[in-house]
Formats: sequence, structure tokens, C-alpha cells
Amino acid sequence: MEAKTRTRRSAFVDTDACVACGCCVKVCPLNAIAVFRGVAARVDPKRCVGCGRCAKECPASVIEIREVQA
Amino acid sequence: MKKRWYDYLWIFSLAYLILGFFNILFAWLGLLCFFIPLMISIAGGTKGYCNRYCGRGQLFGLLGGRFGLSRKKDIPKWMKSKGFRYGFLIFFFVMFFQMLWITCLVFAGTRELNEVVTLLWTLKLPWDWAYHGTLFHPGVAQFAFGFYSVMLTSTVLGLITMVLFKPRSWCVYCPMGTMTQLICKAKNRTGSVAAKET
Repeated sequence: MEAKTRTRRSAFVDTDACVACGCCVKVCPLNAIAVFRGVAARVDPKRCVGCGRCAKECPASVIEIREVQA
Repeated sequence: MKKRWYDYLWIFSLAYLILGFFNILFAWLGLLCFFIPLMISIAGGTKGYCNRYCGRGQLFGLLGGRFGLSRKKDIPKWMKSKGFRYGFLIFFFVMFFQMLWITCLVFAGTRELNEVVTLLWTLKLPWDWAYHGTLFHPGVAQFAFGFYSVMLTSTVLGLITMVLFKPRSWCVYCPMGTMTQLICKAKNRTGSVAAKET
């Protein structure tokens, strides 16, 4: 029998293109994203559930929701 | 989410634009939007101003989000490229220093006060009703007209991109945001180099 691999969703930031405006931080319901030292946003993968609010809000559209193995 | 006092700073941004319509000297208050982000980035090494206190960003968020005035489409790739962002920062700086130069000429008495607000660096809008003559030197008023032009121009650009793309699209190419991010990058690079050396 094949072992089932569980997947979950998480946000990923293109840190090179991020403008560090902090719009994503304001909408995250789990405080799973923060602007690190004014350079770029960083996602806490343990907290993020991949709801996609940050990706929708990001004015530069540099946040992607991807499936990751749990 | 619980609202905090700084979530209402959009009121100040709106009030600033309205007050400049009645008395141009209020434009001087706009310097706060220049010095506070710079101080936060230089002293603290963060973009705390953009992240929390930017009333203009909040205003765009409110108009484009809650009032539904934005198409909420992705911003074009070229507009978020480093080339455009840095180019716009340089252009903004050049126009800003040109405005300062004109102010200097008025202070020196070699140029007369021009009671106009220049929108998008080209359109000269008569704005004489907002200046009633003061105890100050005409150069003080000239700076106010110039600075209000900068603030009104950036608001109009922000509103256009708010409607066309996402509400806070202005944040992508905002010269202050680009500049403070560059400061943070430089500060954190030197910080990490110093930490490695110790």
C-alpha cells in the first residue's frame, strides 16, 4: 500500500522583489508574516496556513501560495 | 483585528490635502512625512513608517479597499522592477532639488513668488486663493507651494495606480519607501558585516 503524503499550503515571498511595505502584515490573521529589518517580508512556516490573504493584499504581487509537504 | 491609534493616521493625510487648499503654509507640515520615515530607517533600521504610520498608504487602502475604488489587478512587472523604482526615486529627487533651487532664488530676491501649484511636474494650477500674505519671507510661501505640488502630485499618481491596480500600488514605487528600504539594506548589510568581523 502506498503511503499518503500530507500536503498543506503556505505563503512564499519573493524577497528580492518585496518592497517591505508591510501590507501583508496588517491582514495576516495569524501573525505569520513580518517585515524583517525593513528589507523584505518573511513568513513563519510554522504559523502560516496558506489562507492567501497576504498574497491578495500585496501591492507588488510578490507573495505566492504553494503546497508544501507537511 | 483591533484598531490602534496609528490606524487612523489617514485622517491627517486627508486633512493635509484639504488644509493646503485653504492656506498653503500648511504644506510645511508635509516635511514630517519626509523626516519621520528617514529617522526611523536611519536610527532604527526598519521601515516602521511604511509598515504602521503612513497615512497616505492607509488612505489608498481605505479608498481602494473598503470603498471599492480599485480594480485590484496586479501591477505591471516593469512598474515593480528595480530599474523603475530607482529611476523614479532619482527623478523625484531631481524635481525636488529643482523646487528647492526655485525657493532659494525667491529667498535671494532674484525671483518673484509664483503662486501656483504644479501638478505632475507640468500643469500649473493657479492657487493664489490659498496665500494671503504673511509676516514671513515670500520664500517661505514659495517652498510651501513647491512642497504642496510634490505632495499633490504623488497623491494623484497614487490614486491613479490605486484605481488601475491594487489599492496600495503607490507603495511599490513610493520614493520614500524605496529610499528607506535602501537605507535599511545598507544599514543591515554593514551591521551583519560588523557582526561577522567580531
